[in-house]
Amino acid sequence: MSTILEMLSYPFLVRAVVVGLLVSLCASLLGVSLVLKRFSMIGDGLSHVGFGALAIASVANIAPLSLAIPVCIAASFLLLRMSENTRIKGDAAIAMLSAGALAIGVMVVSMTTGMNTDVYNYMFGSILSLSKTDAALSVALSGVVLVLFVLFYPRLFAVTFDETFSRATGIPTRAYNAALATLSSVTVVLGMRMMGALLISSLIIFPVLTAMRIGKRYLTVTILSAAVAVAGFLIGMLVSYVYEAPSGASIVCVNIVLFLLFSIAGGIRNAAVKR
Amino acid sequence: MPFIEVQNAAFRYDGKEVVGGLHFAVERGDYLCIVGENGSGKSTLVKGLLGLKAPASGVITFGEGLSAREIGYLPQQRESQRDFPASVLEVVLSGTLNSLGFRPFYWRKQREIALAQLRCVGMYALRNASFRDLSGGQQQRALLARALAATQKLLILDEPIAGLDPLATADMYRLIEHINRDHGVTVIMVSHDLQAAALAAKRILHLENRQLFFGTTEEYRNSEIGKRFLSGGEPA
Repeated sequence: MSTILEMLSYPFLVRAVVVGLLVSLCASLLGVSLVLKRFSMIGDGLSHVGFGALAIASVANIAPLSLAIPVCIAASFLLLRMSENTRIKGDAAIAMLSAGALAIGVMVVSMTTGMNTDVYNYMFGSILSLSKTDAALSVALSGVVLVLFVLFYPRLFAVTFDETFSRATGIPTRAYNAALATLSSVTVVLGMRMMGALLISSLIIFPVLTAMRIGKRYLTVTILSAAVAVAGFLIGMLVSYVYEAPSGASIVCVNIVLFLLFSIAGGIRNAAVKR
Repeated sequence: MPFIEVQNAAFRYDGKEVVGGLHFAVERGDYLCIVGENGSGKSTLVKGLLGLKAPASGVITFGEGLSAREIGYLPQQRESQRDFPASVLEVVLSGTLNSLGFRPFYWRKQREIALAQLRCVGMYALRNASFRDLSGGQQQRALLARALAATQKLLILDEPIAGLDPLATADMYRLIEHINRDHGVTVIMVSHDLQAAALAAKRILHLENRQLFFGTTEEYRNSEIGKRFLSGGEPA
């Protein structure tokens, strides 16, 4: 308890916790749709494109978010297009795009300023990189993501469960896919500062998969996913503070533990039901 | 004015005609079965009827106050759907979305529609079960209830018995017939199962990249092509 109080006495840590919580929440909610629609690769692709954009922004001395967010949104439409094409080729194309963006980012940085701490932070995340304006912007954008998610919940479910049926009954599925891609891009860019490009996609993927070990209804899975994300983030931050470990990696490790715990619980329950 | 009228329609993909010479009508209360082998253009025609693909030539007109959005659709199941974590009620509720207008959430009316359709297909008792725990036949019933929740006018069923065991198949045919006869829902079913389809449906449309036959089931049985396909079992 005293450790938590001590943590909260640092204003930058409070800021990081607030932003991190909101971003984790957004990522986990969007993740439900992305994972079930077999779009999880897109989250991964976006984080790498985001890294490239942030690296170029830091070299060109542009405000990082103002470049990374539009670039990521554009990339998300491209990725969506790719994944709609023939399955296997789409997968390969996404992998190509993400590796390419990462490489370009690294090249641009190493040829100009060299691999400085900024770039290191974009790769692995740092809670210190969060300025006051960043924090305000992050809170506002995650607020928008959360409100939209709640308002469109039934429609997002329909589009996630069965796109063909939804389209036949007159739901503009393309618009929803585009909205999903845009919201994911914004979330990925916001979360990348803290989690790092290499770890942000885990915020999207882990909580849902964990929740699906136990949840059997969509609403349960959605709520559990959000709860897992929040718990994973808070415990991860605590671990990171106590052991002076990088925050992103700590959060992912906590998520791995949660996933294993839920898998065991799900297995026990299934065995009990069958008996 | 028939429910749906297709006049000289043809569908193309990348400039290549997939199916053409389509000329038929569906009346209110009809039970039409579209038969033909894989790749004969059945699914393309369904996409056209659903308004998901525009005909390259010809016209499709909807009459008697039917709009293209009032079609209940039972698509072929995708693999990713079978393990989807959702309750049966959640799935069926999603069929009522088009009655929601601009409201963000389901209301009592939508719940009532969904529950009524669950009773109709005999899945009421399983409404809180998880979709992924159901058998193939039960999943199809749930999806049929969802289609019925979307509309009571016209159902389009794309291979509704694909992957079902014989018992579940017979069940499904009985259910579709019941919905058509007792609820007055017009049914268009796509199937490669000629024998059973010829027994159940009122009219047959036989495709092979063009329209080979259209008429009543009786006429089909007596026709040259009908005899050939029905006596030889399923065409290889």
